[in-house]
Amino acid sequence: MPVMAGIVSYGSYVPYRRLKRSAIAAVLGTPAGKGERAIASFDEDSVSMAVEAVRDALKAAPPGDVQALIFATTTPPYAEKLSAAVIGAATMLPAEIRASDMTGSVRAGLSALLQGADAIGGGAKRALVAIGDCRLAAPEGKAEQTTGDGAVAFVLGAGGVIAEIEASASLTREFLDSWRAQGERFSHSWEERFTLTQAHSPLLGTVIKNVLEKAKVAPGDLSKVILDAPNARAADEIARALKIDPAKLSDSFALTVGQTGAAHAGLMLAAALPAAKPGDRILVATVADGADAILLRVTPANAGFKPVRSVGRMIESKGDVSYANYLKWREILPTEPPRRPDPDRPAGPPMMRSEKWKFGFVGSRCTNCGTPQLPPQLVCVKCHQRGKMEPYGFADRTAKIATYAIDRLAYSLNPPTVNVVADFAGGGRFLCEMTDCEPDKVAIGDEVEMTFRRLFTAAGVNNYFWKARPRR
Amino acid sequence: MASRGIKDRVAIIGMGCTKFGELWDKGTDDLLVDAAYQAYESAGVEPNDVDAYWLGTMASGISGLTLSEPLKIQYKPVTRVENMCATGSEALRQACYAVASGAFDIAMAIGVEKLKDSGYSGLVINNPPNDGTEGSMTAPASFSLLAPAYFKKYGLDPDKGKDVLTRIAWKNHKNGAKNPKAQFQKEVSLETIKNSPKIADPLGIMDCSGVSDGSAAAIVVRAEDAHKYCKNPIYIKALSFIAGPAEGPLSQDYDFTTFSEVVASAKDAYAQAGITNPREQISMAEVHDCFTPTELVLYEDFGFSPRGTAWQDVLDGFFDLEGKLPVNPDGGLKSFGHPIGASGLRMMYEMWLQMRGEAGPRQIKNPKVGLTHNLGGAPGRCVSFVSVVGSQVG
Repeated sequence: MPVMAGIVSYGSYVPYRRLKRSAIAAVLGTPAGKGERAIASFDEDSVSMAVEAVRDALKAAPPGDVQALIFATTTPPYAEKLSAAVIGAATMLPAEIRASDMTGSVRAGLSALLQGADAIGGGAKRALVAIGDCRLAAPEGKAEQTTGDGAVAFVLGAGGVIAEIEASASLTREFLDSWRAQGERFSHSWEERFTLTQAHSPLLGTVIKNVLEKAKVAPGDLSKVILDAPNARAADEIARALKIDPAKLSDSFALTVGQTGAAHAGLMLAAALPAAKPGDRILVATVADGADAILLRVTPANAGFKPVRSVGRMIESKGDVSYANYLKWREILPTEPPRRPDPDRPAGPPMMRSEKWKFGFVGSRCTNCGTPQLPPQLVCVKCHQRGKMEPYGFADRTAKIATYAIDRLAYSLNPPTVNVVADFAGGGRFLCEMTDCEPDKVAIGDEVEMTFRRLFTAAGVNNYFWKARPRR
Repeated sequence: MASRGIKDRVAIIGMGCTKFGELWDKGTDDLLVDAAYQAYESAGVEPNDVDAYWLGTMASGISGLTLSEPLKIQYKPVTRVENMCATGSEALRQACYAVASGAFDIAMAIGVEKLKDSGYSGLVINNPPNDGTEGSMTAPASFSLLAPAYFKKYGLDPDKGKDVLTRIAWKNHKNGAKNPKAQFQKEVSLETIKNSPKIADPLGIMDCSGVSDGSAAAIVVRAEDAHKYCKNPIYIKALSFIAGPAEGPLSQDYDFTTFSEVVASAKDAYAQAGITNPREQISMAEVHDCFTPTELVLYEDFGFSPRGTAWQDVLDGFFDLEGKLPVNPDGGLKSFGHPIGASGLRMMYEMWLQMRGEAGPRQIKNPKVGLTHNLGGAPGRCVSFVSVVGSQVG
């Protein structure tokens, strides 16, 4: 009998910033859409957001058990260089893992989930699926309004699952829907009536029919239906055709987050799981360049699982960004460079030497006097003994602001740069940038937590490291 | 094991200092030759009389050739030194030790910096290849960390705190207005300073030292030889230099209201010079006012004011030119300008002028003991230099 793979744990990430659709309209003079969309900050990308989701997912599943890592996105930060390797380093996964990036289609998220399940079927103890997307859309276009940025991560396994994968179905068709050539920043899409009537609706209908037949489950047996289609009408049509109770359809977060690309079906699933009862059947399907559908059956273990930060909590934790700043962050609106030198490209050998520090935010603790310190030291800052250090992780510790600086001169896409002296609970101090904050609200004593960010890109090298942020 | 010092064993017999400022028509060579020749003439020596040179520059050149080439120094030792903003003072310290040791009879310390050719705002430092984890805080932001910490610790509301910082800049501009070599020779109103554009809150542009070009030089000999060259030399009472362990950014014990390195180097210098009550015994001081909160904290680190009270002394005018202990009578980094490698020697130039009664409209009455100070780096992670000099031996 084949191994039944399922979800062991999950985490989700919605960036802090929101762009109101009315704010776009106010600048461009276009009709105002309703609601808002999530915006990855100037220091985030698909990889850094995926890291945030993975960190939460790994709280309930030790990283040491992971044997396969798949990162899915349509917006990999590098055309050549494995993004999954960054995610593995930042989340302290062992080196002995199979890792790959899946890209090219917003369907890549569910495809990655299925590949992760296959890895479990092939004997892997745990597979980690990280999905993040940060799609860029041209101003005035519909996609600028409808897309959003976000990430989700699932740890898959064969035992101790909170939802098992009962069946899946896939279809792949070649048709012209959405495309972006090498070197292009914005996607193109074909005329909607064609893709809706000739591709999205029929593909979604067929893939759902197929998966339900495989599992011998009737549409009426479904507790929750998650339909992720580029055109919301495709989802509506299918739901009507299958006579699915509209109450069972998951919120697509159109008014709060936007469609988060490859991450979206997974994000909707992460939002649906906390309320699911044992025995519930959840159908999740996505359509693009074909279609994937997965039927999940919730186990009793789900009742005991609580996500570190629920999708709802991430949606509620937010602050606005102006349309002008959004355009600057994405470098859609070119700006006069500061009269300061460009940041230096980080160098390969020192980055490799300090991998645990730079990516994992692992400092050291003196075994002689017990003082935690970061970055890792050779001679203790307190007792001045040499060679007594052991690794000590700071990524998941909170800190309080001892003092701060608001730097209006430093190079940044989002000036002013806020720097804080962060004193960690349990010991250790670090002076670093603070992100996702309102500069005039920063105060001594405020509590902060650490977040993985892309500090800057220099000479084509994405410089990832950690920043503080107010607790979310 | 002790820091013994060289009290009264070395004297300065000549000094030179260029005008500081945006010297678009002068290069590093022009500045060095100008300062060096001023010093030769001041000491009444020929270039070839100087046996050895110490050149301080942070980034305007590497190696002794930066100096020997423009001056055509004839086959003498020239050592280039760098210790961030204490670079000029470091050159002086090395030159003093060289003559004190007996290795040379006459030595020159010279500092230079040509900052305005970079095209950038503020100071630019080239870092070695690194892993990209080191912060990119600018100098004003680093020093602005002091302000909220000091205000909070001593219960100053931010607006009152800002008034204190503003008054420090106002005082330094007032002094600089009396100095023909200063970058900014103009008094600036409290209101203008307080409302200047923000650079690193609460610091505005008028809380920052001037980005400047310039050079300054000193010629030193053993004290017993001083009167061969000069009627009224000034004497080195103490030289202290400390590179800190940089524990401030790592340790929660550090509270950003002091420079531990300055406290340690002041203690060392006071011991060398025999100073027991700096508030009373020191006639004037040139301290490293790179940004206004730095000067505020330094008053307490030097024991000029008890902890938590310097802000009151500032408001009372204690450190004004007419005050009990004038600080930065020449305008300081704020108004004289801060060409990194030259600043330490520029401070000593003010001691030279004041003790010889040559300071013109800003002359302090009969100063006996003066202090100069540089720091380089940032709060919690810096180098500190302190000298004590006097007009008399003993």
